[in-house]
Amino acid sequence: MTSAATSDAIPLPEPTPVSRPFWDGLAEGRIRIQYSPSLGEYVFYPRLLAPGTLADDLEWREISGRGTLHTFTVAERPTAPPWADHVPQVLAVVEWDEGPRLSTEIVGADPARLEVGMRVEPVFCPLPEAGITLLRYRPSASE
Amino acid sequence: MGLRGEAAIIGIAELPAEKKQSGPARFTLEQYAELSRLVIEDAGVPASVVNGLVTHGIQESDMFAPATLAEYLGIPVDFGERVDLGGATSAGMVWRAAAAVELGICDAVLCVVPGSMILPRPADAKPPAQPLWMGASSGKYGSPQAEFEIPYGNVGQNAPYAQIARRYAAEFGYDPRATAKIAVDQRTNACAHPGAVFHGKPITVDDVLASPMIADPIRMLEVVMRIQGGTAVLVGNADVARRSKNRPVRIKGFGEHVAFKTPTYAEDLVRTPIARAADKAFAMAGLERGDVDMASIYDCYTITVLMSLEDAGFCEKGTGMQWVLDHDLTFRGDFPLNTAGGQLSYGQAGMAGGMHHVVDAARQVMGRAGDAQVADCHTAFVSGNGGIMSEQVALLLQGE
Repeated sequence: MTSAATSDAIPLPEPTPVSRPFWDGLAEGRIRIQYSPSLGEYVFYPRLLAPGTLADDLEWREISGRGTLHTFTVAERPTAPPWADHVPQVLAVVEWDEGPRLSTEIVGADPARLEVGMRVEPVFCPLPEAGITLLRYRPSASE
Repeated sequence: MGLRGEAAIIGIAELPAEKKQSGPARFTLEQYAELSRLVIEDAGVPASVVNGLVTHGIQESDMFAPATLAEYLGIPVDFGERVDLGGATSAGMVWRAAAAVELGICDAVLCVVPGSMILPRPADAKPPAQPLWMGASSGKYGSPQAEFEIPYGNVGQNAPYAQIARRYAAEFGYDPRATAKIAVDQRTNACAHPGAVFHGKPITVDDVLASPMIADPIRMLEVVMRIQGGTAVLVGNADVARRSKNRPVRIKGFGEHVAFKTPTYAEDLVRTPIARAADKAFAMAGLERGDVDMASIYDCYTITVLMSLEDAGFCEKGTGMQWVLDHDLTFRGDFPLNTAGGQLSYGQAGMAGGMHHVVDAARQVMGRAGDAQVADCHTAFVSGNGGIMSEQVALLLQGE
């Protein structure tokens, strides 16, 4: 593979010692994020200490993964060369019912029908060769 | 608390915007030297008065930037500082320079931002450590962006700014003709400023609305144009200012707020850090919004300008669209804004784009804006914006 081809591949996440439980959860079709009892809040992305208080009490809890579409955009031009064949990209920020927000993509939906505030549900996207599962979203079928 | 307003911008330099560079490739060290010479000449003081420098960093050396520059310029300094605030770097440089001067650490501080990406290349150029398209995102192992943003295509500026614009639309409504008018009025200003990349090329609201959609709702003419250039200011104490040939432009107040890197994690996506920074700047300066004769507001996108106008307190939150339609933002208007064209129409010389706003404001207060001069311009508001509305700086400048 040439270096040019390498640089144009979509980069994938590399789990870290701290974030590993999140990615292991996705591989099982579960969403586990951190919770700080002293802060009384869920935390995302995974950290060593709780943001704001720096409390050393983060624990992993499973959440449903359901949430609302906080905002999104439909990128007609690729955001970078690796996505040249993937336009339009629907880049979204989802707010989980438990509070934190995450960056993701909306899949399996007509972009014209998306609305800020709509209910969304997780889509687990395993990439077996890479050994990683990405977390994308789609409009909720049931709500 | 805060600045006493004694330090002043006494020299400015801004290279003419060039889409394609006419001169030879220069290292950032060399660009820094050339811009330093220009700004010291502009101030009309000897280079020997300079004993402070602030830098964003240099391409030729990942570390030790102030020492490398002091050595290269042959100007030893009592204050060597590096600022890493993206598009807010320049405004952040200016208040740091002013603070250093007021503390008596030094007398005159170079605040220089090279803006040409055309660098000499070695015969056996190696590929960059990370692809250039990653831009302001870090692809390094352990970086939150590498792990939670880049894999979903959340890279670059267009998409996250568009996400902010769409959230704004959902909360307050959106009038594409209003954001387009920001670009149009700034283009009118560029047409009165010969150095601007779009000098002589006026546009209309319909032109903006007919330009290609980049990331909904942001259209091409609402996005900055990359140019080659460079900017600098020289900040001096009262003694040095007296020896300068320019009207000193005093740094009366500032505020800075740095909240996050990626707006996904913003506490409130549509209320930006400039709110807090501007409140602090006005309080420090003892000035009111109504005292401002011209504003130079960081304008990577039209939505940035709109939200900065609201959050800095020039109009009420959520009313910016109508406010923009009700006001003339040209240099002749009732709210002169980005009077050299801003980065949208002067052009964005990379990191130097932030200093464009400082230079634009100082040029007006010095009374040197030529055809684009705002009448009776004494007080200016400047904003800097880095990342994705994630790190912002406000400055209040006033003529002596």
